[in-house]
Amino acid sequence: MNHAQRGLRESATFDRATIAGIQRAAETGIYDIRGWGAKRSLPHFDDLLFLGASMSRYPLEGYRERCGTDVVLGDRNAKFPLHLDIPVTIAGMSFGALSGRAKEALGRGASEAGTSTTTGDGGMTPEERGQSKHLVYQYLPSRYGMNPDDLRKADAIEIVLGQGAKPGGGGMLLGQKISERVAGMRTLPVGIDQRSACRHPDWTGPDDLAIKIAEIREITDWEKPIYVKVGATRTYYDVKLAVASGADVVVVDGMQGGTAATQDVFIEHVGIPTLAAIPQAVQALQELGLHRKVQLVVSGGIRTGADVAKAMALGADAVAIGTAALIALGDNDPKYAAEYEKLGSAAGFYDDFQDGRDPAGITTQDPELAARFDPIEGGRRLANYLRVLTMEAQTIARACGKAHLQHLEPEDLVAVTIEAAAMARIPLAGTSWIPGR
Amino acid sequence: MDPLTFDLNTTPLREVNGALHAPGLAAAVTIENPAGAHNVAVGLSGETRVTVKGHVGYYAAGMNQRADVVIEGNAGTGVAENMMSGSVVVKGNASQSAGATAHGGLLVVEGDAAARCGISMKGVDIVVGGNVGHNSAFMAQAGRLVVRGDAGEGLGDSIYETRIYVRGAVASLGADCVAKEMRPEHVEELSDLLKQARFEGDDPADYTRYGSARTLYHFHASNTSSY
Repeated sequence: MNHAQRGLRESATFDRATIAGIQRAAETGIYDIRGWGAKRSLPHFDDLLFLGASMSRYPLEGYRERCGTDVVLGDRNAKFPLHLDIPVTIAGMSFGALSGRAKEALGRGASEAGTSTTTGDGGMTPEERGQSKHLVYQYLPSRYGMNPDDLRKADAIEIVLGQGAKPGGGGMLLGQKISERVAGMRTLPVGIDQRSACRHPDWTGPDDLAIKIAEIREITDWEKPIYVKVGATRTYYDVKLAVASGADVVVVDGMQGGTAATQDVFIEHVGIPTLAAIPQAVQALQELGLHRKVQLVVSGGIRTGADVAKAMALGADAVAIGTAALIALGDNDPKYAAEYEKLGSAAGFYDDFQDGRDPAGITTQDPELAARFDPIEGGRRLANYLRVLTMEAQTIARACGKAHLQHLEPEDLVAVTIEAAAMARIPLAGTSWIPGR
Repeated sequence: MDPLTFDLNTTPLREVNGALHAPGLAAAVTIENPAGAHNVAVGLSGETRVTVKGHVGYYAAGMNQRADVVIEGNAGTGVAENMMSGSVVVKGNASQSAGATAHGGLLVVEGDAAARCGISMKGVDIVVGGNVGHNSAFMAQAGRLVVRGDAGEGLGDSIYETRIYVRGAVASLGADCVAKEMRPEHVEELSDLLKQARFEGDDPADYTRYGSARTLYHFHASNTSSY
């Protein structure tokens, strides 16, 4: 007999996951730390639909008529803006959180697909620089491994103020992942927990940031685009201030964005959904008269070409993927099902990136586990996935009569829930009603 | 090579920094009339000697590599931030975050340095002739900080492996920062740093060494009251 047949009723408030969480807290006395992004159900791109062309719009022929996908990022001030073939980029993920071979694979896959990768908290690795045609160098509060030589080797510089999984929080790389190489890059002892700072050490607000951006431009002779990345919270104001500070590109990371390791309570309860952040960012840029001039990159839960197309229709110039890229490389692969079970998890559910025991060899610094991962095969898989995302987005765009992905616009969309309609500022399907308007 | 002189009254900062970035620049350079300008002489990477005649704003000599820079005045926020090597000498006082995240080289502030001096320092040596403000050496990872005067509250909060030497009073120590024994190797190290910074009249015996108790190197719930 199942639970219901036995007359047992599960509480919506104290469901089994909640009960297990309380039991775990009582047992260990410490909050749960994990990787991945928010797992709760949130209004998301699935709550939007495209209005394909019928009578009032004229579609393009699928597979025949051209639908452009390229994007230029950072042409506001930089001598050498980034020209990408596709508007899907790889989000910042650190060497430390990921193995060197995983970073290499990200570079291989992204370069094959004509897009950029991004470093992370921990500095630039030769593996990633060597394999990445376009590499964005993150300038983070911790400044681990930060040096002017690597700044100059980068194709763009991303000043990170926040991350969607943990806006306001710093990193937390636990000691078991601090190998000699990771420790060396971060100037810290081997094996100790690393608390990356939550704020930059030498500036405190947008006026200071403007000077900091000018400094980085001076150091790199005004050659490279400067991105500013914020975790999605007070997005309207943050985007306005980032632009006022001089950002060439603003990156907005929604709360579905992933992380290597942070508190579960943070991942699930701080920040706003990606869907809610995009219209705020676009409004800020439009009011400044800089929409499409300062480019907007959106990340946080991008999975399919439909997500890509929807983000762009809402006003993004490009998207970034992190968690999806790891899955494409082979993270949570069912071939390691038995090993995931041994770790108390399961293929498709594994999120203990902080433990460094990833059977797939991706989120680890263990040399034996890392050796399992083939960066060439991983790169091939990632390139395939990036192509699929792009082709899917093109298919939708053609159906909407668009000859370039950037021609997608809000009027191509409707919402299927009131919540999504309100957040995305899109009419509820079958109506002209936008909640709040 | 003949010395070069730039006047920031008449030459734009971009032009000055561009000239300082020229490969193989070996000439001694003088920068006149900085008038508190930000980002003066940032990103130097050659063995150049630069003298700035006056006060500078934020991030002067930021990310310096190999160059020797002398600022004949006061410096704003983040002087010598993320320096990799070489030296920076501030003849006057420095604002907050002096030497922030710097990996190497020597920063000398002959006057006082404000809050967060040496924040997240990663290998640099910093010698301050006067006092430092609160939260100096916050999360400092490596390198040495010498303070000839007093230190403000929260010195060395959440410190890792940096060694701090203070001659005067410390308002309070931050989490996990403790006073430590001055062994002969520390006396020698301090004497050498004072000599490099040209403060040779001090008696190392007057200094106290501070560093990490290393009790917070691994996160434990029982430590939460320390944070």
